[in-house]
Amino acid sequence: MTQSFLDSINAGLNQAMANNQQVVLIGEDLLDPYGGAFKASRGLSTAYPSQVITTPISEAGITGIAGGMALRGLRPVVEIMFGDFLSLAMDQILNHLAKFHYMYNGQVSVPVVIRTPMGGRRGYGPTHSQTLEKHFLGIPGLRVIAPFQWKGESQIGLPGQLLSDIIQTTTQPVLFIENKLQYLLPLLDDNNLIDQDCQDISSSYQLEIPFYRIKMRGAPDPTVTIAAYGYMSPLAIQAQKELAFEHEIFSELLVPTQLAPFELAPIMQSVKSTRHLLTVEEGAGSLGWGAEVLAQVASNLGGNFISAARLTGAEHPIPASRQLEEASLPSVKDIVSAVQKMV
Amino acid sequence: MTDQVLTLYSKMILIRRFEEKVLSAFKEGVFHGTTHTSIGQEADAVGVISQLGQEDIIVSNHRCHGHFLAYGGSPRALFAELMGKPTGVCGGRGGSQHLHWRNFYSNGIQGGIMPMAAGMALAEKTKNAQAITAVFIGDGTLGQGVVYETLNMASLWSLPLLVVLENNHIAQTTPSEITVSGKIADRFKAFGIPTEEINSSDVMAISGLVGRLIADVRYYQRPQALIIDTVRFGPHSKGDDTRSQEDLQALMKTRDPLSIQASRIPQNVREGVDREVETLIEKSYQEALNDPDYDSLRGAVGEMK
Repeated sequence: MTQSFLDSINAGLNQAMANNQQVVLIGEDLLDPYGGAFKASRGLSTAYPSQVITTPISEAGITGIAGGMALRGLRPVVEIMFGDFLSLAMDQILNHLAKFHYMYNGQVSVPVVIRTPMGGRRGYGPTHSQTLEKHFLGIPGLRVIAPFQWKGESQIGLPGQLLSDIIQTTTQPVLFIENKLQYLLPLLDDNNLIDQDCQDISSSYQLEIPFYRIKMRGAPDPTVTIAAYGYMSPLAIQAQKELAFEHEIFSELLVPTQLAPFELAPIMQSVKSTRHLLTVEEGAGSLGWGAEVLAQVASNLGGNFISAARLTGAEHPIPASRQLEEASLPSVKDIVSAVQKMV
Repeated sequence: MTDQVLTLYSKMILIRRFEEKVLSAFKEGVFHGTTHTSIGQEADAVGVISQLGQEDIIVSNHRCHGHFLAYGGSPRALFAELMGKPTGVCGGRGGSQHLHWRNFYSNGIQGGIMPMAAGMALAEKTKNAQAITAVFIGDGTLGQGVVYETLNMASLWSLPLLVVLENNHIAQTTPSEITVSGKIADRFKAFGIPTEEINSSDVMAISGLVGRLIADVRYYQRPQALIIDTVRFGPHSKGDDTRSQEDLQALMKTRDPLSIQASRIPQNVREGVDREVETLIEKSYQEALNDPDYDSLRGAVGEMK
């Protein structure tokens, strides 16, 4: 059976809980048979009844409680049912969890992982479809991770393995961004990624967290760099193929899995040779991730200008109507035409 | 007179003299930033914390100096923290409101400390430790929703959490009559949390009651609320008191925890304690003042990260 992104996340939670009894899941509707709104915790309350706490609808409260648990030696994993509800936990993340280590002068560690699914195209409307992680990027003390659906070397796949490793080893709070549509996608490997080569280039840059580079197999040197993460990365993989097969434009797709702290080097390296950069993000774009990528690239280039553009979600709430929603979010077609305009 | 009478008195006068020194030194420009002193509320800090054990946890708020000192925190380290020095409780990073030492934690966001405390209580319960967690909030804290999220979960999960509400009837400058509806105790009782109220500035009365409550929390592993009706004699911060000074003076005659406890101690003994504490405060202050600051250490400590 093909492993999905969601299977991988579920297996990652399972692995972390089996390996370490200090790992405690805390969140809403987590118990079997329901197993969480998106089923990431299915089976876990049955397998590890003492390590799963289902809670009232109290996002701020449970995030703060997880902070207190972590200060006293546990490794809590918070599930926020929809990424949209993360705003309710903002004060606990910003003014509590992310600050403790620094403001208590390094005397404490706060190993909390907060998982949450972002993203639209499910017709859930303005408060259940957003991609809000940009508001959590750049908070000192908070690491933000958005995994890519690469199978990698691990039996359980990269998203789950990354989650499991982080849960078991982190010393600081981590926001682990998932995506509702990404959940359903099969993990990719060299067998099902037919025309492209995907490589984890993190070790070339001394990065702890994977950073992927995807190129057309056997193609000429790329002339454009596309940077995308989360659910935008599979769309960009599609677009990369279309650009190559239908327009003979060859691109290098870069997929970071750590959004904050921000890692520029792999993008810089690619842009130096392609001279063109497109960033793709699902959230509303202004003052966001793409803006930061472009700003950092620009400030590192000196006077050597490149052609750059951002493709982002629309600057309004996500509408419920299928047609309006689709028009609000970046699509494969949008990526293709954005690249065409640049080169 | 018992040893306990004197011990509690000396802790309270330590807090009083410390806070007085803070307010006077602020005027001299020694400290950077702001502070919140607890003059008048010493019996709460000492009455509660004297009853806690070594393994127990304390979570405090913006007005935390008294709690910190009652816990046994060093006045020198606290002065140094207020001065922003490397020798401070948190190396000067936290300042007045953000302290951590041993099992003592404070933070400057009112209601936000409640889930933190509940999480600690949950962790200790999970570990089968007998430690309880005591969290100090005020009447002003009651305006924030996360307080009620926490009370709900603390009750549902039967957490060993003692919530001490110091009701000084004023939030910064706003009287609680225009910010708190209904009865405060009812807010805890609505969640099924046993709730005691005491209207007193007598540290003996408070510590006696708290000793019993803590034993219950520890034994039954469940939450407990304690509302202490108290009086804040000083300003919210440094000079921002808009209350009638006459009313405050009148309250000081009947509600000063130091006078109440002093009346139980022979004068010569009390004066001896007073002198010792005053010497300690002055010595701690001078030592903190003489501690090197970051500027003088620049280069010696490398990158300050």
